[in-house]
Amino acid sequence: MTRGSTIPLPVEPCDYRTQCEPVRARFAKLKSRDVALSVEGLGKVFRSAGGETTALRGIDLVTHRREFLCVVGPSGCGKSTFVRILAGLETASSGVVRVGGVPVSGPGADRGMVFQGYTLFPWLSVLRNVAFGLEENGTPRREAEREARQWLALIGLEAFADAYPHQLSGGMKQRVAIARALATRPRILLMDEPFSALDTQSRARMQAYLIEIWRKIDITIVFITHDLDEAVYLADRILVLKAHPGEVAELIEVPVPRPRSPDQMLGPEFRATRARLDALIHPAKDEAEADADEPAATALVTRMAPTGDEVE
Amino acid sequence: MAAPVRTGARRRSWIGVARPLSTRRRTVLAVLSFLLPVLAWAAVSYVPFLWHPLVEVTEPGDVAWMEPGMRVPKAAFAEEVARAGAANGAAPVGIPANPVYLPTPHAVAAALWTSLTATPTQRDAIRLPLSLWHSIQIIVWGFLLSSVVGVPLGILCGAQPTLARLTEPVIEFVRYMPAPAFGALMVAILGIYDGPKIAIIVIGTFFQQVLVIANTTRRIEPLLIEAALTLGARNLRLIRRVIVPAMLPQLYRDQRILLGWAWTYLIVAELIGTSSGITFFITQQARYQHFDNVYAAILVIGLVGSATDLALAWIGRRLFPYDRSEA
Repeated sequence: MTRGSTIPLPVEPCDYRTQCEPVRARFAKLKSRDVALSVEGLGKVFRSAGGETTALRGIDLVTHRREFLCVVGPSGCGKSTFVRILAGLETASSGVVRVGGVPVSGPGADRGMVFQGYTLFPWLSVLRNVAFGLEENGTPRREAEREARQWLALIGLEAFADAYPHQLSGGMKQRVAIARALATRPRILLMDEPFSALDTQSRARMQAYLIEIWRKIDITIVFITHDLDEAVYLADRILVLKAHPGEVAELIEVPVPRPRSPDQMLGPEFRATRARLDALIHPAKDEAEADADEPAATALVTRMAPTGDEVE
Repeated sequence: MAAPVRTGARRRSWIGVARPLSTRRRTVLAVLSFLLPVLAWAAVSYVPFLWHPLVEVTEPGDVAWMEPGMRVPKAAFAEEVARAGAANGAAPVGIPANPVYLPTPHAVAAALWTSLTATPTQRDAIRLPLSLWHSIQIIVWGFLLSSVVGVPLGILCGAQPTLARLTEPVIEFVRYMPAPAFGALMVAILGIYDGPKIAIIVIGTFFQQVLVIANTTRRIEPLLIEAALTLGARNLRLIRRVIVPAMLPQLYRDQRILLGWAWTYLIVAELIGTSSGITFFITQQARYQHFDNVYAAILVIGLVGSATDLALAWIGRRLFPYDRSEA
């Protein structure tokens, strides 16, 4: 998405590293909280018949309780692999992931996960979907459903408790998926491009919902996205990965003050951060290479329409 | 460069992405799909100049070897007529007829009605409903026994690669052995009555069942399983609460198809040991050249099979309202 980037705006010199006082105070407070997630020397090598592919190499990261961390990077940088390792769905080839100081060895209810695709269980009602994790962790069914109802109230979908997932819109499905992941009270909520299947309006609404939920609940969020505006809009810090192999390019502290609103997208801090992300993810060198591979569109296409019949 | 193609729009393609037909059209076509073969059969049976390679003798005349009701080839009949004409004797009279193995539709319909409703004239006569009931019992027991082991084993194989690798190669191997080949063996082990028949149905169904259901299990959306894992579901609870419900609509469809296969093994199974059931009825009637009864029995098998399948499909649509693929 390129919200605001095509409108010519007065260029204000602004460094994305400059933080105003409230933002600096917020980061100081954030960093004084306990470490929720620590990643040390994380690497992942995929072995196949064709040889070895290094997906991730030497990733180090520390996030604190109630931080909102976004992970961005070009396609093929292994951001999905990264979050799947955090979830315990993939094993790391090297390094260690700790949640609350305990090394991760497999999927667990201390880390909730929201996937890119719709993963609600189609045979269960919305209420039973949200209660699923609670029941799996030993809560009796009636108690689990009572708690699930409270989570549905939090996301504003109590009215749909008895509906089935196929009766919900895409945005509603993802809201239920968030409630389901939160219901087991995880320390960390992992989100793998959860809104990328939604249309632009639903996505903006979901971002607002997510911030609202994050404000009300003691949760650390690790949010994977390829939408740079989304990353700047949501995150406290943005982990930028580069591809082949996936390594940390930079860990950016977003200087945009909170509470966030879509109006800030035109503000100098937002645009400076966005520009920095663009520079990291689409370096000028890459574009030059891309130009060499693909000739300009005007030279590529032969005219086949009569002259004098121009459309542009 | 070639001139733009202008005729493209007019060239209609009969093949493309299949789109659903209107309900009315579907009904009409379904009726036609039954009606057309029946019409062809009726035409061959009732229109004298279509086929009718034989002559049914109604009046033997002076021909010593002919009897009323006998069917003789047209050429032989014409020869006798010519011979009788030359000798000034009484020529035989007859009507064009089809071979005895192709009875007319109304004869089969009458046979079907009689065999289903009439009380037998002799006390030990074999009756179609009873034969059919016996066959259905064989099928149900064979299919149940196979499913009790085959379904859980298939699901476990689909969910656990180690177990799959340990069992599937040998199952794949046995699958290629024709079930009827085990007939004599089963009689030796299980006696001559229903035991070996049920065993043949089990052998014919079980191995396919494990492989089909293991494959169905593997086709479950992996994200559903991963989501369940992140929510804390493990092992048997994962199977019971996620894998089985996720595959249930397809499992149900698989079982419907496998039940159809079980029916195809029935005829062979019933010939093993003492013949029984609908197969015994069919072979017995064929021996007496009551081909109308043979067709009636075959039709009944088709009717029972289709009716079961339609009923199961109808039940399936109500059991799994969330399943949007064709039931």
